[in-house]
Amino acid sequence: MIFLEKRPQPSKTLSYITPVLAVLITMVAGGLLFAILGKDPVAAIRIIFWDPLFGEFAFYYRPQLLVKGGPLILIALGLSLGFKAGIWNIGAEGQYIMGAIAGAGVALALYPLEAWWIFPLMILAGALGGWAWAMIPALLKVKFGTNEILVSLMLVYVAENFLSAMAIGAMKNPEGFGFPGSRNLQQYPSAHNTEIIAGSGMHWGVAAAFIAAILAYVLLNRHLLGFQIRLTGEAPRAARFSGVKPARLVLFCMGTAGALAGLAGMFEVAGPAGQITTGFNVGYGFTAIIVAFLGRLHPIGIVLAGLLMALTYIGGEAAQSALQLPAAAIQVFQGMLLFFLLAVDVLTNFRIRITLGETA
Amino acid sequence: MDFSAINPALLIASLMVAATAVMIAAIGELITEKAGVLNLGVEGMMITGAVCGFAVAVGTGSPFLGFLAAAGGGAVLSFLFAVLTQFALANQVASGLALTLFGLGLSSLIGQNYVGIRPPPTPRLDFGPLSDLPVVGPILFNHDPMVYAGLILVALTWAFLKYTRAGLILKAVGENHDAAHALGYKVIRIRILAILFGGACAGLGGAYISLIRVPQWTEGMTGGVGWIALALVVFASWKPWRVLLGAYLFGGVTVLQLNLQAAGVAIPAEYLSMSPYLITIVVLVLMSFDRSGAPASLGRTFHASQ
Repeated sequence: MIFLEKRPQPSKTLSYITPVLAVLITMVAGGLLFAILGKDPVAAIRIIFWDPLFGEFAFYYRPQLLVKGGPLILIALGLSLGFKAGIWNIGAEGQYIMGAIAGAGVALALYPLEAWWIFPLMILAGALGGWAWAMIPALLKVKFGTNEILVSLMLVYVAENFLSAMAIGAMKNPEGFGFPGSRNLQQYPSAHNTEIIAGSGMHWGVAAAFIAAILAYVLLNRHLLGFQIRLTGEAPRAARFSGVKPARLVLFCMGTAGALAGLAGMFEVAGPAGQITTGFNVGYGFTAIIVAFLGRLHPIGIVLAGLLMALTYIGGEAAQSALQLPAAAIQVFQGMLLFFLLAVDVLTNFRIRITLGETA
Repeated sequence: MDFSAINPALLIASLMVAATAVMIAAIGELITEKAGVLNLGVEGMMITGAVCGFAVAVGTGSPFLGFLAAAGGGAVLSFLFAVLTQFALANQVASGLALTLFGLGLSSLIGQNYVGIRPPPTPRLDFGPLSDLPVVGPILFNHDPMVYAGLILVALTWAFLKYTRAGLILKAVGENHDAAHALGYKVIRIRILAILFGGACAGLGGAYISLIRVPQWTEGMTGGVGWIALALVVFASWKPWRVLLGAYLFGGVTVLQLNLQAAGVAIPAEYLSMSPYLITIVVLVLMSFDRSGAPASLGRTFHASQ
């Protein structure tokens, strides 16, 4: 008879091994999926995971890794703070959109003025936009005890509708021949989120992601607030006795997550995306949830997980053109990754015991 | 602007159609939550049900088999959630999210060859001359079978929870799983059954959207209805009849805003499309004062060693 026995302490070693294990199992299961779809599984896995890094066209794909990984890392870092404390902000996609709209709004309002302070102002606006959008579920939770999961998620749909309203309404390019979508910020030097090193994919948003990772690390390991976040997640009662104010924590975690998601959106719209369009958001806010868990809610882990997830996006696109692998297959692949991660995670907290005969 | 085109009787009739999908899904989630399990994967199970039902209905030409397949598809997906949360003891919030992300991907993978196809029509129930009655006819006697099935499901769920022994055990497991375990009830087994029921209902709800309400397949077509179903359970304070009420309220808002869009109100369509989500938030806020109905063990993991 197989049963689970709770470990007195979660295993440290296994908490490092399980994400890797989950990735390996996902590769196998993903290979099976690709085989069912009639594609060569080995070739598909190689195209997704190997070629973008070391293949013939790696010089093209490697910068993309940072471009796609930047927003994922930025959003996941914010989410991880809340997840650690048991605060579930899953509306990062909406906060990402609102940050982009706020940032682009500043730029479009000032067009065609050229000044050094426009880009910093956009950064501020982007963070504020995301922060404000996250404050709605946070304040409702603090004031009325409303479920933050559902409210933050509902606001994603509201933000998506708002985005289309902006793309075909207030922010539409007056010189765009009637097509939906705003002016392209890439052609507006003061607002363009340029690459810091040309050709590296390293734009300001990527830099922000790495800075945020360092700050999150310091916060969680060297600051009282970080300790309170961890304590609330692991022992809410003990946290309350030790004087942690849950309301303050909710506002801080949700607000930070919102601001970071907003930043990610702003850097995206001012850089790689270039303009506000109806299809501007591509699901980074949701994929970042997987990134946060895969990175064990740890800043360094999140950076690695974000890069890995970016790799699946890039490799997935490559596999689409090389093998005609459907785009949705990669989405399934990413979903499976979270599944397997949660499943193997049981090994961190429990031991598997096999005994013969009856057990009490 | 022309409001005269909006006929109240037809409005109520279409409100009932708009409410059915969310109602069936919410009833399933209500049973799951009554057993103490929070499954946030409703959206994923709905969209999977929508595509399974669509594919089978198109393949066989029978909407009935389609609905059956949808229930099966939703249940299979929910079984993954059951394995994660009941055997691997994973966090229910994270597992539910995983289910939704996975379901959205899986459904677009299955559905990619079904875009632009029309499903076989589902016949309306024939009430003979009753459907020709003024006002009452279109409201009560001129619907597809699933509208009535949804209402019957609400009634059965209510009776099950209130009058049957099995319903009592289900509630006991949801209120205090340690006590239920001590009494000798199989907590894990009961929860798995509740999760499967929730999955089947979500699948049915999804198929209602793809086979009757829209009826066609597009990626991500459930558009948050699964999340609204979750909100509905909170709104209903875990009471079946209030799920019905909430679903009709939601259906009413949806239909009204669509009618307003059609009537050419000066508000842009995008802002009107926000309204169901905004109203859901308002309702959630209003209902958050009353948490008396929430099962006490909701979302907590059960492990017999503890």
